[in-house]
Amino acid sequence: MTDIAQPALTKKDFASDQEVRWCPGCGDYAILNALQKHMAESGADPAKTVFVSGIGCSSRFPYYMNTYGFHTIHGRAPAVATGVKVANPDLDVWIVTGDGDSLSIGGNHLAHILRRNLDVNILMFNNEIYGLTKGQYSPTSPVGTKKKSTPMGSIDRPFEPAQFAVGSQATFVARTIDQDMKHMSKILKAAAAHRGTSFIEILQNCVIFNKDFYATTVEKKVRPDRTVDLVAGEPMIYGADRDKGLRFNGFTVERCSAEEADVWRPDTPSHAPTVLIAGMRDDPEMPVPVGVLRAVEAPVYEVGVNAQVEDAIATKGAGELKDLVYDGEIWTVD
Amino acid sequence: MTPPTAQDTSAGELPLQQLDRVVLRFAGDSGDGMQVTGNQFTRTSALFGNDLATLPDFPAEIRAPVGTRPGVSGFQLQFSSSDIHTPGDQPDVLVAMNPAALMVNIDTLKKGGIVIVNTDAFKATDLKKAKCDTNPLEDGTLDGFRVIEVGINSRVSEALADSPLSNKDKQRCKNFYTLGLMYWVYSRPLEPTLEWLEEKFKGKDDLIAANQTALKAGYNAGDIRELFQGQYEVPKATLQPGTYRNVMGNQALAIGLVAGAKLAGIKPVYCSYPITPASSVLEFLAGYKNHGVVTIQSEDEIAAICSAIGASFAGSLGMTGTSGPGMALKGEAMGLAISTELPLVIVDVQRAGPSTGMPTKVEQSDLLSSIFGRNGDAPMPVIAISKPSDAFELSIDACRIAVQYMTPVILLSDNFIANGAEPWALPDLDTLKPFPVRFTEEKTEDFQSFGRDEKLARPWVKPGTPGMEFRIGGLEKAPSSNISYDPDNHQAMTDMRHQKVRNVADSIPTPEVHGAESGDVLVLGWGSTVGILRQAVENAQAKGQSVSRIHLTHVWPLPHGLDEIFARFKVVLIPEMNVAQMTSLLRGELPDHNYIPFNKVTGQPFLVTEIEAEIKRVLDEHAGA
Repeated sequence: MTDIAQPALTKKDFASDQEVRWCPGCGDYAILNALQKHMAESGADPAKTVFVSGIGCSSRFPYYMNTYGFHTIHGRAPAVATGVKVANPDLDVWIVTGDGDSLSIGGNHLAHILRRNLDVNILMFNNEIYGLTKGQYSPTSPVGTKKKSTPMGSIDRPFEPAQFAVGSQATFVARTIDQDMKHMSKILKAAAAHRGTSFIEILQNCVIFNKDFYATTVEKKVRPDRTVDLVAGEPMIYGADRDKGLRFNGFTVERCSAEEADVWRPDTPSHAPTVLIAGMRDDPEMPVPVGVLRAVEAPVYEVGVNAQVEDAIATKGAGELKDLVYDGEIWTVD
Repeated sequence: MTPPTAQDTSAGELPLQQLDRVVLRFAGDSGDGMQVTGNQFTRTSALFGNDLATLPDFPAEIRAPVGTRPGVSGFQLQFSSSDIHTPGDQPDVLVAMNPAALMVNIDTLKKGGIVIVNTDAFKATDLKKAKCDTNPLEDGTLDGFRVIEVGINSRVSEALADSPLSNKDKQRCKNFYTLGLMYWVYSRPLEPTLEWLEEKFKGKDDLIAANQTALKAGYNAGDIRELFQGQYEVPKATLQPGTYRNVMGNQALAIGLVAGAKLAGIKPVYCSYPITPASSVLEFLAGYKNHGVVTIQSEDEIAAICSAIGASFAGSLGMTGTSGPGMALKGEAMGLAISTELPLVIVDVQRAGPSTGMPTKVEQSDLLSSIFGRNGDAPMPVIAISKPSDAFELSIDACRIAVQYMTPVILLSDNFIANGAEPWALPDLDTLKPFPVRFTEEKTEDFQSFGRDEKLARPWVKPGTPGMEFRIGGLEKAPSSNISYDPDNHQAMTDMRHQKVRNVADSIPTPEVHGAESGDVLVLGWGSTVGILRQAVENAQAKGQSVSRIHLTHVWPLPHGLDEIFARFKVVLIPEMNVAQMTSLLRGELPDHNYIPFNKVTGQPFLVTEIEAEIKRVLDEHAGA
C-alpha cells in the first residue's frame, strides 16, 4: 500500500459484476443497496472486507459485493467467519444470513458467535419464511402459519431473535426494516462502530412466499402507530402524533402517555429490558420495537485468542521446531 | 519366537537372569492409576534404553462402578533388548489389582506366566462386584500360572503408617507400591519415578512422601526376597544409533502439524471439538501457542471444520481433528473445502464404530468413508499414520499436500497409535524440506481464481490483497469463480478435481517391499497394524515361507507401482481391523490380482500369532498353485 491518497470509492465500486438474481420486488435489493452505500460512505476498503454467508436467498449476497466473499454451507457462516476473523483480525467481516439459516439449522453457531463476541457484523434477513425452498414456515413464523408444509397451521412457537441474541450474551442487537433506507443506514453505521458481534435483524419482505407479512406492523402506512423507534437516551415515544409512550412496570412494559415514557437504555447491566421490549412483538396491542435494542461492551474473542499467542511468545520465547521435537527425556544410542 | 519367561530358581543366591523381552500388563480399576503405572514403567524403561511398545486399554467410562469388569483399565507394554514392533500378543506377567481385573485379563496371559494378585481385594464383596461365583484364587482358574499373592492394601497401610494422609488417600498409593515391586523384579532404577513424583505433586509434600515411600516399599518387598525367587534384567536394546525420545501418537501428530505449518511458512489454526481419542491433539497444540499455533475449541464438529476452512480462506493453514462420529458430522463441510479448493488437514483418530461404537477401542473402519464418504463426487487425498514414530513426518506430508495441491487432506490415525508410545528416532530437522506457500498477489492477464498450475492446483489469494477481490462458495463455479450451472463446465470441474487428487500420486513414493520382490504371498497392510504384520512376516520368513510385506501410508490416491508389485505374487493377503475395506478398494482400483481379506473387529489389535496362522493357511491353499 502506498501513502498516496486514493480517490474515494462510490457505492458502485462495491457492486460486483454479477447479475443480481433475487425476485423482482424482493426486500433484499434494498438491503444490498443500503450496504453498498454504507461501504462507500464509511470509507471501507474492499480488499479488507469479507462477506460470509450460509445458504438461502439472503446468502447469495456476497456474490453481489465487490469485496472478498464466501458463500458457505447452510447455517455455518458464523463458524466460517470465526476462522476468518481469528486468522486475520484486520479483516472487516460481515455475515449475511436469514431466519432459517441462522435460527434453525445454524442456531448453535449463532449462539456461540454471540457469546464469544467476535468483532463481526451479522445481518439477519427475517422474512419469517423459507424462500429458497419455496415457502415453508420458518423458526420465526407465528404459530398457526399455514404454508405448504403446515396445511393446518404451524404448531411450534417462534423465536424472538432479539431475545435469542441477548440470551446468548450478544453485545449489540438491533432491528431495522428493508423499506426504511434511512433507518437501515443509521443502524448499519452503529453496528459497524460497535466492537464485538453486532446482530442486526432486518425485517425483509418476501414478495413471493410471505408477501407483506409486516403489513400491520412496520409497513410504511401503519408504521408510526405500530412501531416504536428506540434511541438510546431518549424517551420511548411513538405514534403519528408522537403522543404514545412506553414504560416499564416491574417485569412488564406498558403503554402510557408520551410524558410518562421511560428513557430507553440499551446498555443496562442486565439484558432484561431488551427481553421485555423485544417480547412486545407477540402482543398486537403493543408497537414493534426497532432501533438499537442492546449495546454493551465485552472482550472480543479474536483479540483474546491472538493475545494468548503473543503472551506465550513473550513468556516462553518464539518456539523453534527443535524445542518441540527434542523435548522431554532424550537419550542417545551410539 | 517365544520370549523367555520367568523360571523357578532354587533358593540361595539371588539370581539375576537376563531376558530378551518381557510383556507386562497392569490391570486394575479405572481409579487405580494403572495408566500412570504403565506410563511410569514405560518411561523408566525408555530411559534405561530398552526398545518398547505400549498398548493402553481403558474403558470409555472415566469411573465405571468400582470393582466391576467394565471398569477395568489395563496397560500393556513390551520392553526388549532387541528390536520390537508390537506391545506383545500375550503378557508374560499380569498384575491384577482386583478380581475383575484378573478375570478380564487372565485369558490373555501366557501359559506358565506370572500373575501377581492383590489378595486384599478378593473379599466376598469384591468377588460379587466382579461377578465371580467362586474365588478365582481357589477355584482352579489360576492353574498353570505362577501366582504371586501380595496383600497390597495392607502392605501400603503398613508402609504409610506414619503418613498424615487419610486412609483413603494412602490406599491411592497402591499403584506405586505395585510399580516398585515390578521395578525390583525387572531391575529398573527408581530415580526417574521418584523425581517425577516430586514434579507431579510439587508443593504437596505429604503426597510426594507417601507415593515415594510406597514405591520404595514395593521395591524393598521384592528385594528382601519374600516374594520372588529371582530377579530379571532386560538389557539395553541395540537400537539404531541416533537420538531418541519416547512419544505417543497424538503428540507426534500434533508436533508434525506444527512442523508442517512452519515448513509451509503460514500460521496453523487448529479447530476441534473434544472427542475420544482425538482430544489430546487439541490439548497438545493448545500448549504450543508460543510456536504461533492458534487453537479454537469449537461448539461442535461442524463448527470446528468450518472455522478451519475460514482460517484457510483467510490465508492460514486450517486444521481440524476428530474421530469417526465427528467425521460423519464434518462431511458437508469437507465437500465445501473440496469445492472451494482450500487447503485443510482433517485428522481422524479412528475408533470402533458404527455410531458411538467403542470409543476407546481400535478399528480401521473409516477408510472407505474417508475416501468416498461425501455427497457428490468429492475426491480427497487420504494418508494413514502407522505408528507414533511416523506420525510426525506423515503429518508434515499432509500439510504439504494440502498447500501444494490446494485440497483438504484426511490424516488417519487410530486409537492404538494415538495412545500408544514408542521410542522415536528424532529426525535431523535440517533435512526437512520446506514447501513455502506463495500467495497470488497480482493479477496476470489470464488470471482466474480457479486457474491451474502444473499440478492442477488453483492460485491461493488471501483476503486483504488489494485488487484481487473474489467470491467463492459451494455452488459449482466457472474458472472465474463465478457461479456456473453450465453442463460442460460441471463435467470439466468434476474431472479437474479428480485429476488433481490423482496427481498427488506423482509426489509420493512407491512403498518398499520387505522381503523377496516376488513370491507366494504379499502381506499388505496400512495403518497401525504395521508392527504386528512386520513381526508376523519376519517370523514367517524365518521359517522359510515365501512371504513378503508391503505397507501403505498414502491410501488415496494409491501410490504408483502397486500393480507391478502385486503381479509378482500369487496372492495379496490384506489383514485389516475392518470388514475388508482396503480389499474392496483394491479390487476396484487394481482388479487383476488375487486379494484375500483377513479381518478382525474386536476392538483389540491383531495378535502376531493370528497373522502367522493366516499366512500359513493362505500358503497351504495357494502356494505352488
